[in-house]
Amino acid sequence: MISDGIASSLAVEISFWIISISTIFSAIAVVQIKDLFRASLFLILTFLGVAGLFILLGAEFLAGIQLMIYVGAISVLIIFAILMTREIEISNQSHYMRILVSMVALGFMLLAISLITSTDWQLIDERSFPQNQTDEIINTVQNSIPTLSKMLLTEYVLAFEMVGVLLLAAVLGALALVREKK
Amino acid sequence: MTQIYFVQLIDFYSFYEMFYSIFQNLGFEKSSSWMSYIAAGGSLSFLAINLLVLATAFYTWFERRTIARFQVRRGPNRNGPFGLGQPFADVIKLIMKEDTIPSEADKPVFTIAPIALLAPTLLIITVIPIDDSSFLATLNIGILFIVGITSVNSIAIFMAGWGSRNKYAILGSMRGAAMLISYEIPMALGITSVLLIAGSLAMSEIVAKQEIWFIAVMPMGFFVFMASATAEMSRTPFDQIEAESELGSGYNTEFSGIKFAILFLAEFMAPIVTSAVVTTLFLGGSQGFNFLPGQFWFVLKMFVVIFALLWIRSTWPRLRVDQIMGFAWKILMELGFVNIFLIAIEVAILMDPVTGILTSQDMLIMAGINWVFTIITLVFLANFLGKRNYDRPDPVPSPLANMEPKGE
Repeated sequence: MISDGIASSLAVEISFWIISISTIFSAIAVVQIKDLFRASLFLILTFLGVAGLFILLGAEFLAGIQLMIYVGAISVLIIFAILMTREIEISNQSHYMRILVSMVALGFMLLAISLITSTDWQLIDERSFPQNQTDEIINTVQNSIPTLSKMLLTEYVLAFEMVGVLLLAAVLGALALVREKK
Repeated sequence: MTQIYFVQLIDFYSFYEMFYSIFQNLGFEKSSSWMSYIAAGGSLSFLAINLLVLATAFYTWFERRTIARFQVRRGPNRNGPFGLGQPFADVIKLIMKEDTIPSEADKPVFTIAPIALLAPTLLIITVIPIDDSSFLATLNIGILFIVGITSVNSIAIFMAGWGSRNKYAILGSMRGAAMLISYEIPMALGITSVLLIAGSLAMSEIVAKQEIWFIAVMPMGFFVFMASATAEMSRTPFDQIEAESELGSGYNTEFSGIKFAILFLAEFMAPIVTSAVVTTLFLGGSQGFNFLPGQFWFVLKMFVVIFALLWIRSTWPRLRVDQIMGFAWKILMELGFVNIFLIAIEVAILMDPVTGILTSQDMLIMAGINWVFTIITLVFLANFLGKRNYDRPDPVPSPLANMEPKGE
């Protein structure tokens, strides 16, 4: 319902620019601010901005997962770790290799931009699909969760299970680290 | 579910259409689309926020009166009829107080913290289907949005604790954040068991699937969700964040004036929002008898849940911090996993493999199995684990507590 009218609307354009500018601004602030705690708060703002961009792309499920995992879990972990460090307010100092690192980062950014602009993205409106697939595609665009879960448990089940094994290994490793030695 | 509508719930689309026609008539032919997006969004948020704040004001009165009854007191009864003017007097008093900021505080963080705590709570109400539609119409990821948005709370509490540069505030907020993260897991497990039957993340779908209310189909899921949601609200018996007797006033020690009012508002709004979520997930949302509209039944069920929450709040003592974490990780999480396992097996056996539909008869069979399971498990837990005497180690004073060298 909303995706029909929203795609061409100027409201989407406006919100895209607001969200992306604030995301980029807070991403720069993460590395520039000296106060570690404030830097982590800007990191959370960056995560929120990415979630907003996902919503504008119509990927609501990814936005929800982004909120849950990055904003809810990872950033809290980062804050806990930061509160353990000393001299929180000045410790986000610039590195002595900052020029080298910024060159590498700039190179990666240029590479990513050139890849994005040179890729031939196939938009759904422009591409013609076989008749029997049209309904499925429309359903997927409107609500991607059933398709995503079906794919995860059929075609990509091996990767899915491997992620589970990896997480189990991480949990066991964490338990082994904090176990009391007798 | 055919219902007579006395009032159609105002949602985003009706607002949008109204503003669109107004702007069209005014002569903005090209730009009326985005202008009405902004106008509809603004007026809808204005309405929703004011409605919630007003509801919270009356809720504080209801809570104080009810808890007073539980404790054989009278409660606020002087301002206005039945003391209904009390919340407004409180708010005016709080706003007129001086708004102090500690000189050593991290000022921007300290200032933003109350807003960051209030915003997620306000956002949740937009996706709850008070009738057939919610304020923001149907969101495909409904319940996932709620779980994600609630997790922002722990960051706001960190901001409040860190920003005020107070020993007790930061202790309270660290405890609180640890507790909120721990209880998110059993809460998500309780929600997952609902999703297994409903087969959708959208809140209105979940309501539509409840031919038999999910509280009857899976009492264990309800128990796990309710316990962890009570903890997520961080109120007694789980109010480790403030713990007046241990931490002064916890994360809000340094707050005063309007900032304290906003923190207070967020704290008292949480039960309203939680009861709305519980009603939607387990009590059949706006389902009810036809002679009254769906909104009435929704609010009635919300009141029942709120009363149950107040009952818990006024009769349970506060848990110790290690007991709270132990309850989440050692009991609720296991119960949640066992519940999911059981329901997944039942759904796999009973669900029609072609159409993927669970009839109400299937649900009755599931209800029978689950009630037996729940009663046996809870009786077992209460009688065997609950009465076990834990061997406590002798208390050892912390090495930091006593700085003087021994024996001199």
